[in-house]
Amino acid sequence: MSGLKHLTAAFSAAAPPAPARRPGARPPPAARTARREPGPSRLAYRLNRLWLTPFYRRLLRIGLPLLLVAAVTGLWLSDETRRANLTGGVAALVENIQSREAFMVRKMEIEGASPAVDRALRAMLPVNLPASSFDIELRDLRQAVERLDAIEKVEFRIRPGGILSAVVVEREPAILWRHARGLDLLDAQGHRVASVTSREVRRDLPLIAGEGAARHTGEALALIDAAGPILPRLRGLERVGERRWDVVLDRGQRIMLPTERPLPALRRALAMDREDALLARDVTVIDLRDPSRPVLRMGLAAQNTLRRAAGLPEIDADGNLIEPEEGGAKTAAAGNAARRGG
Amino acid sequence: MRDLYEAQRAMRQARRAAMARGVLAVLDIGTSKVTCIVLQFDGPGQFRESDGVGPMAGQSSFRVIGQFTTQSRGVRYGEIETMAETEHCVRHAVQGAQKQAGVRVDHVIATISGARPASYGLAGEIALRSGKVTEEDVAAALAACEVPDFGRNRDVLHAQPVNFAVDARSGLSDPRDIVGDRLAVDMHVLTIDGFAASNLVQCVQRCDLELAGVGSAAYAAGRAALVEDEQELGAACVDMGGGVTGVSLFLKKHMLFADAVRMGGDLVTRDISAGLRVPLATAEWLKTRHGGLEATNRDDREMIDVTPERDEHWDGERRTVSRADLIGIMRPRVEEILDGVREVLEVAGFDQMPSRQVVLTGGASQIPGLDGLAMRILGQNVRIGRPLRIHGLAQQHTAPCHAATVGLALHAANPQDEWWDFEMPVERAGVVGLRRAYRWFRNNW
Repeated sequence: MSGLKHLTAAFSAAAPPAPARRPGARPPPAARTARREPGPSRLAYRLNRLWLTPFYRRLLRIGLPLLLVAAVTGLWLSDETRRANLTGGVAALVENIQSREAFMVRKMEIEGASPAVDRALRAMLPVNLPASSFDIELRDLRQAVERLDAIEKVEFRIRPGGILSAVVVEREPAILWRHARGLDLLDAQGHRVASVTSREVRRDLPLIAGEGAARHTGEALALIDAAGPILPRLRGLERVGERRWDVVLDRGQRIMLPTERPLPALRRALAMDREDALLARDVTVIDLRDPSRPVLRMGLAAQNTLRRAAGLPEIDADGNLIEPEEGGAKTAAAGNAARRGG
Repeated sequence: MRDLYEAQRAMRQARRAAMARGVLAVLDIGTSKVTCIVLQFDGPGQFRESDGVGPMAGQSSFRVIGQFTTQSRGVRYGEIETMAETEHCVRHAVQGAQKQAGVRVDHVIATISGARPASYGLAGEIALRSGKVTEEDVAAALAACEVPDFGRNRDVLHAQPVNFAVDARSGLSDPRDIVGDRLAVDMHVLTIDGFAASNLVQCVQRCDLELAGVGSAAYAAGRAALVEDEQELGAACVDMGGGVTGVSLFLKKHMLFADAVRMGGDLVTRDISAGLRVPLATAEWLKTRHGGLEATNRDDREMIDVTPERDEHWDGERRTVSRADLIGIMRPRVEEILDGVREVLEVAGFDQMPSRQVVLTGGASQIPGLDGLAMRILGQNVRIGRPLRIHGLAQQHTAPCHAATVGLALHAANPQDEWWDFEMPVERAGVVGLRRAYRWFRNNW
C-alpha cells in the first residue's frame, strides 16, 4: 500500500495535472462531408444507355462531326466574295500549273500527208500554238480529223520538246466512180477520197459507174483484175439496177454478168473469147445473166450476113426490113417484131 | 391465376426475344449486394466436337461479358423497402456491367430471395382421350391440379411439374407419347408475397429494363451450387445471404420445396456492432476478416484493434477486442440461423429423403468453421458449396455469395419447364367458342 502511495506521488510529481478546460471549449468535430452515393443519376444512366445504342453511337461519332464540318463550310461559303475568291484562286492555281514550260506545245509536225491534207490538219487544230497541252484534247482532235475523207488513220502524240506530232495515213484512191452527181475517187474499200472534175485527171484508175457501185468496190476491183486479156479494151464497169455488173468494152460491146457469182461468169466469157475470138467478131452483147444459158446479141452486119446466106431480106439498124418492095418489108418487120417478143 | 399465367408467358416471350438478340442480364438484388452480370448467347457451335466440350446443360452456349457488384441499399430481408435507393443501386450495377460488356442491355432476369416464400405440392389427374399422352394432355393435367387457397395477394413464382405418372408407372420425367389411360402429375408451386414481387417489377421498370423472368434465389443457388448427382439423389441447398437464408430441396433434378429463414449474415454484423459497440462498418470488417465459429485458446490472446478512425468521434481511446469475444458473439447467432434452417428442413420432410446432403452456400457460408457447426446441427453430410464455373465469369464472382446469380444464369440458358410453358388448355383460353365450333364441325362433317 505504501509502495502504491509512493508511486502515486512520483506520478503526480512527474506529470503536471491537465489544465482545466472550460466547458464547451472542446473543439467541435470536423463537419464530415456527406459521402456521395455511388452510382449514376437517372439522367446519366439514360445517357449512358443511349450511348451504348449502336444507332445513336454512330450518329454522334460520324453524323455530328459531318454536320459540324458541313455547317462550317456552308457558313464560310455563304459569302459571295469568299466564294469568288475561292474559285478564282483555284482557277489561278490550275492555270499556273497548266501554263508551265514543261506542258507547252510549240510546234506541229505532220508525217505522211500530202500538202493539201497538211494544210487542212493545221487548220483543224483548235488552239493557236504555242498552247498548253492541257488545252489540246488529242482524242477529240483525232476523231475530228478522221472524219475527213482523205485520211484513213491519224495518230497524235505530244513529244518531248513541245512538239505535237501527227502520223497520217491517207486513203489511197483505187477506183473512179461516175455517178449522177459527178465523179469521185474511191479507195479499195469504197470509201470516198476526193472528187475530181474529169476522167482525164486519173487515167490510170479504172472506172465504175451506176448507183450503188461504191458499195461493191471490192467486187469491181476483182472483176477488173480478172479481165486481164481484154483490159486494153475495157472502158469500165457499170452497176445495173444496183444489182449486177455490166462490163463495158469499146466498140459498144458489153458483157452482162449475173447477180450471183459474177467472177466465174466473166472468166467463162473470157474463155469463150479465147476459144472463138468472140469479142473480135460482130457481137454487141454477151448476156451471161443466166449462167447456164449464155446468150449473144449480134451486130447488124452479122445479122445481115446470116440473113443473106439464108436468102432473107436484110434489116437496117432499127430492125426494119430493107426490101425492094415496100409492102413486103412492112409485113417482114411485123413478123420480126413478133418473133423478138416471143 | 390467369393474369399470372399471362404475365409469366409475357416474361417468357421477353426471354426468348433476349435470347434472339443474344444479350441478357442477370440481376441479383440481395440484402447486402446488388450484382449484375451480362450474358452473351452465341448459340451452339461455339465449341467444336474436338474441343472436348459437350453441351453441358446449355452452359456452353453463353458467356459472361460484363459483371458488376455494388453494395445494396434499401433492401431488407430480401425485399425492396426504399425504392429510390434500390433503384439507384440497380442502375449502378447495370451501368457497370454494361460498361464492361460494351453493349446495351434491355432484358433482365431477376432473383427474389425473401418475400416469404411458401411451397405447395399439387396433384392433378386426367383421363387420356387418345390413349397416349400428348402435349395438350400434359397441359390439361397441369391445369387440373387442385389449387389451394394461397392466401391474400400471393403470386406464383415457380410452378414446375416434378413428377408424372401414367397409370401405375410413376417417376416419369417426360410422359409424352407414353401409352396409358390416366395421366397424373405432381406440381411444385412456390408462391411469394405479391407486393414484394410488384416492387421488384416496379424497380426494374424504373431502370428502363424489361423483366424477362423472375427466379427464386434459393432455387437458383441450388442449381448453381449442387452438383448433378446431388440434384438427382436429393439434397438441400442452404443459401445463407445477408438478410435471408433460403432453403431449397432438390430431388430428381427438380425443386421439391423452398422456404426462407428471415435471418442472415447482416444479423451477425448487427450483433457484433451492438455487442462490441463498434460501428457497423467495423463490425462487418471484423466479421469478414477475423470472424469464426470455433474458439481456441489462441483466440483469447489474439487481440484485434478496433480503434475508430481519427476523424470520427475519436475520444482518444484505443480499443481492442479479442477474437474469442468476436466468436462468442457470432456463434450463437449462426447457431440460431442453422436452427431455423433445421426447422424448415424438418417441415419439408428432409429426413425422408434418400440422401441427406446439405450444401451451404451464399455469402455467410464463408465464415470459417461453419461446416463443423452445421454438421452438428443439420446432420453429417454437410459441405460448403461454390457456384458452378461458367464461361467468362471473373474470379471475384466465383465466390459462394454469387451462387444465386450464377444459378439464375444457368436457369436463363436452360430453363426448367414451368406450367406456363405449356399451352393453356382450350377450355381456359379465350377462343373457346371458335375452337369448339371448329371441333364440332370437324367431328360431324
